[in-house]
Amino acid sequence: MNANPDRPVVSVRGLTVGFGERVVLDGIDLDVNRREVLGIVGGSGSGKSVLLRTIIGLLPKRAGTIELFGQDIDRMSTAELRLLERRCGVLFQQGALFSSLTVKQNIQFQMREALDISPRLIEEMAVAKLEMVGLTAADGDKWPAELSGGMIKRAAMARALALDPEFVFLDEPTSGLDPISAGDVDDMIATLQATLGLTVFMVTHDPESLRSICDRIVVLASGGIVADGTMADMLRHDHPWVQSYFHGRTRDAENAK
Amino acid sequence: MSDSAPLTSIEADGLLRIRASGAWTATRAGEIERELSQLLPLPQDAGDVVIDMAAVSGFDTFGAWLLERFRREVEGGGKQWRIEGMSPANRTLLEEMANVNLGGGTRTGTPPPWPPVSFARALGREVSTFLAMTGALIAATGRLALRPRSFRLTSTVHQFDRVAWQAVPIILMITFLIGVIIAQQGFFQFRRFGADLYVVNMIGFLIMREMGVLLVAIMVAGRTGSSYTAELGSMKMREEIDALRTMGFDPVEVLILPRILVLIVALPALAFIGSMAALAGAGVIAVTYAGMSHELYILQLREAITFDYLWVGMIKAPFIGAVIGIIACNEGLQVAGSAASLGEHTTRSVVKSIFMIIMLDGLFALFFSAIGM
Repeated sequence: MNANPDRPVVSVRGLTVGFGERVVLDGIDLDVNRREVLGIVGGSGSGKSVLLRTIIGLLPKRAGTIELFGQDIDRMSTAELRLLERRCGVLFQQGALFSSLTVKQNIQFQMREALDISPRLIEEMAVAKLEMVGLTAADGDKWPAELSGGMIKRAAMARALALDPEFVFLDEPTSGLDPISAGDVDDMIATLQATLGLTVFMVTHDPESLRSICDRIVVLASGGIVADGTMADMLRHDHPWVQSYFHGRTRDAENAK
Repeated sequence: MSDSAPLTSIEADGLLRIRASGAWTATRAGEIERELSQLLPLPQDAGDVVIDMAAVSGFDTFGAWLLERFRREVEGGGKQWRIEGMSPANRTLLEEMANVNLGGGTRTGTPPPWPPVSFARALGREVSTFLAMTGALIAATGRLALRPRSFRLTSTVHQFDRVAWQAVPIILMITFLIGVIIAQQGFFQFRRFGADLYVVNMIGFLIMREMGVLLVAIMVAGRTGSSYTAELGSMKMREEIDALRTMGFDPVEVLILPRILVLIVALPALAFIGSMAALAGAGVIAVTYAGMSHELYILQLREAITFDYLWVGMIKAPFIGAVIGIIACNEGLQVAGSAASLGEHTTRSVVKSIFMIIMLDGLFALFFSAIGM
């Protein structure tokens, strides 16, 4: 909160991650700046989700350092790490809503645990979050199993935002949605980013999201970063994968199939 | 982050001036909420409210909502309201909050009916699902009889391996130990009357007629019934059962019938093996603890047990197997989307199966005593 605003929110240096014989990420250097929407793209299996999961601490790394909000996560105590994690929200690919809680209880879960606030405020905040992501208070009483794909993404987004994180990780926020719902989700992310001043780290497959909401795009291929820049930079880039991705395939082309 | 009070209020020039400071964020929301609520209700003679947000260092949706809620309460009390010194970004957030929480309460449910009514309904539902499953099974068996080639032999053999063959060691061990325990207790008590020999009669009678089947059935309900429910339940959750249906297969025929057939065959076999292991366990005690020779034990056992006993015990087993299977599969199919629901139905499957095993055993006991066996 009172950290230097020019300092990157995430700073990754020489990150290497592998499973068994296979090295998925090999010496990645990456900074995510404050209030920026960073989109990570890459072919299937290029390590996008692995990068995200390593930064949020779900996967072990082999080498390198990860700094979150200017602090090295290896040098922090568990308690400090917990506090830091509260400043980050994560939207999982499948939503990962707790299936035994209603949508509203899902959102309230972290508020109840982490904050000392009245039940009335918890209730009102949960409804507020729901309405901010475009759901209604009535949706809050539904069970995750009763939601459609787009609603799951929205509810999961509301849960990720429960504690007003400064930094959100989104793992394919528009995957599995029709182009119109995907567009709605993109708009929602853009609106929330603008009002809440979020820093967004987004793994995506969706060229439309990249075009409409990402300030900066990073392309992963064969274990490393092959391109880093704005959409315009990507269109000029000469790496073959980047070329075919940004010139060859758009959502319109996919829809035409 | 400054830890000064989130707000101070002063009345001046007929205005209520509230000076907010520090972080108006989630971590301090509880404190801010309490302080704001102390200001309410505003006294009748208080003037309009001015909030000075210039000294606020952090502002998030929690702070914004508390401010918005306070505004609604102030304006609800007929007062005017103004905010000073707020950054444009924070103002956008505050305006965003003006659109939320406008609806009233959402909870509108019908109250639950009188307990006996809901109990009767639940019971009716249980009976009807049980009958429906039995009917579906009979229909599937009928179809199978018409087209025997559609029988899933591989699946059945695989299930048999899991349900019967792999259960043999644990069932042998448990029933053997129970035979040991019953025999030891029997000899210990009967010795006082000098009736050592009749312990063997008691064991033979008890194990062949009741205990063997009952014990094994309870073990199978715990081991196999629960796994059937969990398997079918997770298939239901992942829409695998729906997928099967859309491909034109009947889940009852493909998934449930092989499982239940296996139980109908496996339970008598396991019950027989279990009874023999219990008799062997009792035999070990007779020889080591009671000092009988093994010839005497076997001779006395022959005296005590007739073929009828074995028959009375074993005839129950296929029925019990079918009941365990039907209850387990039914519960599996009732699993809804959540992990909790899976756990709940698995528990119910085991509890109901064990209850039904004992009920059925009681009914059989009544029946056999009525026909004099």
